[in-house]
Amino acid sequence: MISPMQKFRESEVYKSIFRHKYDDTQRNRALQIVDNVFLHLHPVRIPRHATNVGFTWGMGGITFLLFLILTLTGVILMFYYRPTAQYAYEDMKYLMNDVAFGPFVRNMHRWAAHLMVITVMLHMFRVFLTGSYKPPRQFNWVIGVILLVLTFLLSFTGYLLPWDQLSIWAVTVGTNMARATPLLGHDGPFGLELGMKIDNDIRFVLLGGTQVGPPTLLRFYVGHCIFLPLIASIFMVVHFWRIRKDGGISGPDTTKKTF
Amino acid sequence: MKYFLEIVTKPDNIPIVALLFLVVFYTWFAFKKARKNDSQELPEEAKLDDKIQVWPNLVRVEFLGTLIVFAILAVWSITIDAPLEEPANPTLTPNPSKAPWYFLGLQELLVYFDPWIAGVILPSIIIVGLMAIPYIDINPKGNGYYTFKERKFAILTYYFGFLILWVALIILGTFLRGPGWNFFLPWEYWDPHKVVVLNNVDLSEMIGIPTKNPDNSLNIWATLFGFSFVSGFFGILGAWHYNKFKKTETYKLMGPIRYWTTSLLFWGMAFVVLKIILRLLPPVLGAYPIKYVWVTPWFNI
Repeated sequence: MISPMQKFRESEVYKSIFRHKYDDTQRNRALQIVDNVFLHLHPVRIPRHATNVGFTWGMGGITFLLFLILTLTGVILMFYYRPTAQYAYEDMKYLMNDVAFGPFVRNMHRWAAHLMVITVMLHMFRVFLTGSYKPPRQFNWVIGVILLVLTFLLSFTGYLLPWDQLSIWAVTVGTNMARATPLLGHDGPFGLELGMKIDNDIRFVLLGGTQVGPPTLLRFYVGHCIFLPLIASIFMVVHFWRIRKDGGISGPDTTKKTF
Repeated sequence: MKYFLEIVTKPDNIPIVALLFLVVFYTWFAFKKARKNDSQELPEEAKLDDKIQVWPNLVRVEFLGTLIVFAILAVWSITIDAPLEEPANPTLTPNPSKAPWYFLGLQELLVYFDPWIAGVILPSIIIVGLMAIPYIDINPKGNGYYTFKERKFAILTYYFGFLILWVALIILGTFLRGPGWNFFLPWEYWDPHKVVVLNNVDLSEMIGIPTKNPDNSLNIWATLFGFSFVSGFFGILGAWHYNKFKKTETYKLMGPIRYWTTSLLFWGMAFVVLKIILRLLPPVLGAYPIKYVWVTPWFNI
């Protein structure tokens, strides 16, 4: 007597979806990784110390997970938010008071963003302390530094979007630094000599005006939701790919007998 | 204490409190692992180098990590609301105005440097300096395992830069800076009318060279003094270490470009510390705090 489940497992539909059996064999375990588009980011086998959380702290993986959570919650928030000075704050109030699960989604986006800044810094700390930037992984460290900067920029541009007192003044303080850029800022060394004024220097380009205003909101919104995530994704792809190409997670070179 | 507790428990500042504990924990944790590795012939990681299958060994760990992160985020998001203050009002400046928490270390540096250094030059040097690390650190040891003994200079420098100049300054800037960016101890009342004597002097004035002439034009001797101070700082310390170091095997392996990049980055970091000390220490000794060490018509350092 064949059970319906068994029958289903042998059907054409099942076999077209699941390419291999699930018996606990080495072959099936390997196929589980290479036959899955998401899991095949991993190699099939890794050294045992790479699964030790005490070694990796899991911070790189958590950072990527947080990026995915932020993408998902961010897209949901975009349904309720209009990046204009007229509506932005009202939309926030609406989200926080009238949208089902609105506060939950927004809180998760906010706290995951803060957490991501922390996990990126801790990931970098761990990579430094285990000397994992050493050959052949030098260039992947450089990409990591770029991703760190992108994380700060993503968080900073997102900070403006609620359009409340906290956000515009934090962004005002932050972007005020740009006016002091040497050569390119009107308050910076040699800026005046190069003809920099408040309405043509680098800060003006950044803000779309002489102070944080509606054009800044739109600029930061597009940067936050499209430009920066896209750039960050590209660098992340390279970052992950290079981990594989540089020989997987770092570890002591056991071919040498001396340390 | 009320103001301190208020600022520490602000929803947006919870990450800093978390960061403080996480950084202290991980520093201790990594150091413990390093000491253990240093005391034995093979590092622990080398003993665990047999290959195991990713499914299920690694995927299981990732899955558990995902669950834990979701649990933390869910509880955090249910219990604490993200801040939403009054609507944006460009005519009403809050006091103090603070950047997002991860930039407060840099904002704190504004006390000691002009904005073009604290806000533009230093962040750029930090980014470029971090990117340069793999190319200037040619010590082949300590690749892929925790150690302290084999990379003392590299690890101590990173500890100092990350723990003191980044994390500690963030904490100072967030929790101990009140209205007017004045310094307040945790139990002090955040008095917006706190009177602070602005008695900063330039370093040249400290030794009797006035920065300004009586007609308020810049005193050329003060500028020259400042130039010789800054170039002397980098020149003398750089030359001193170079003389000590040039005969070593490490220098030969590094070559001049790697060596001088490292030297410049290291003494640059020391210069930041020097300016912080020059501002904070003199009042303790009964002297005037130092504002600038070098004044020119175009920029001041």
